[in-house]
Amino acid sequence: MSQFVYLYRGGDAGRSPERMQQTMQKWLAWMKDLREKGHITDPGHPLDRTGKTVKSPKTIIDGPYAETKDVVGGYTIVEARDLDHAVQISLGCPILEVDGSVEVRPVMVVNM
Amino acid sequence: MVAVLTRIFGVHNLALAEDVVQDAFCRALEVWKFRGVPENPTAWLMTTAKHRALDVLRRERTARSFAPELGRLLETEWTLAPIIEELFEPHAIQDDQLRMMFSCCHPRLPEAAQVALVLHLLCGFTVSEVASAFVSTHAAIEKRLSRAKKVLAESQTLFEVADTADFIARLSGVQRALYLLFNEGYHSASADAGIRVELCEEAMHLVTLLLDHPFAAGPSTRALAALFYLHAARLPARLDAAGEFRPLLEQDRSRWDVELMSEGLRLLDLSAEGAEVSAYHVEAGIASIHALARSHEETDWGAIVALYDTLMGIGPTPVVALNRAIAIGQQEGPDRGLAEIAKISDRERLAAYPFYAAALGDLETRRGRPDRAREHFEKALALARTPKERRYFAQRLGTCDGAGAGDPEGRPPVGE
Repeated sequence: MSQFVYLYRGGDAGRSPERMQQTMQKWLAWMKDLREKGHITDPGHPLDRTGKTVKSPKTIIDGPYAETKDVVGGYTIVEARDLDHAVQISLGCPILEVDGSVEVRPVMVVNM
Repeated sequence: MVAVLTRIFGVHNLALAEDVVQDAFCRALEVWKFRGVPENPTAWLMTTAKHRALDVLRRERTARSFAPELGRLLETEWTLAPIIEELFEPHAIQDDQLRMMFSCCHPRLPEAAQVALVLHLLCGFTVSEVASAFVSTHAAIEKRLSRAKKVLAESQTLFEVADTADFIARLSGVQRALYLLFNEGYHSASADAGIRVELCEEAMHLVTLLLDHPFAAGPSTRALAALFYLHAARLPARLDAAGEFRPLLEQDRSRWDVELMSEGLRLLDLSAEGAEVSAYHVEAGIASIHALARSHEETDWGAIVALYDTLMGIGPTPVVALNRAIAIGQQEGPDRGLAEIAKISDRERLAAYPFYAAALGDLETRRGRPDRAREHFEKALALARTPKERRYFAQRLGTCDGAGAGDPEGRPPVGE
């Protein structure tokens, strides 16, 4: 088994309380499913859309500086057999229903 | 939550308070998506709102003026955090909810607007939930709410709950709004049973806030609470096992909620201290007689008629007069009931009320005149406001046919 990071980008379901509650329910159901199947290493956290970016040579700029759809909105660490399997698991993510994306990246671990 | 924040920001910043609540809610859901819903979501939301409130106060205290009575306390860091902590204590929140409740019942607002505002700001109903509770459109409710909020914002400060003449006058408005809120849930035309029960529960929660406050917990408030409990006790039996509507006298009394009922009777006892007799006392009294009767036949109709007489003295309305006539019909027979209905002076105002036609149909049935009963039930059917009412009247209409008509045990929908 290997570890993978899911980086969630974009995907705004709308700000009405009803819609947001529905979205949350879908996420809860998806996360629960992954947890029960033993895929979750760390459910992760959402990230605030504000922030700063520090660039070389040491300049600081406001914000993550990207289009809304490109801003990372949260992350999760999962466990899967290989990249294909990790991608397979990510297909159920509710963010894909609202025009968002999941970036699946293998965590580099060297077993010694 | 809006109540606390409005107390902090000042009522003129009502919109800001609502934004902060909305924002806290969004953040909560965002985090819960990943971490799951915490054990005490309400406390979590409160904490988030508290942090957001501090952010807003720090960011905007130079640009905006906040609650005038807190004014200076919010200006320096020395006092800001402690005062906010204090305002988010449970007892302070309860006080703010009371202030907000009294502020929403502003005499310049029509009663329907007061109730909508209470639901929206205190009970956290969204515009569409309020619309569905009132069987109205989203646009109409949005308009009603935004007008009401404007009046509220112009009132400068939240209503101070203190022992003054102003307070006593406003209290009756608040009681009336809660009464309407409860009725909206109990009788409303909304087909959504879930929303209706929720309205009753909200009214009961708000009346508890009044009961907890020394100035607001007078005899009439206790009577109002008694009325809510006694009626709520009957809610489970209003729909039978098949989910069909059952008026009071057809209900399976074993399904009444005994706990709610005894709490209602206890509150009614407590309400009897002092000389004050409000309409709520009398209505709760009537409900208690039904509650104490083990069956339709054992009901003390004489006492009920006497209470309706008192109620007519306090606040005569055609519906009260109709219920009085129905009770007389139970006590002294259908002919007397019909005679009393004929005496109701403004009974044309009942023309659109389906249970008026149904009561006439019922009395005619008991007099052995199925032909006349049939006409009345047809009318009731045409006036029915929900599919459940329609099915009930259709069933009554069905019994007017055939030889079995003229059921001497006819059961009218008293008090429902």
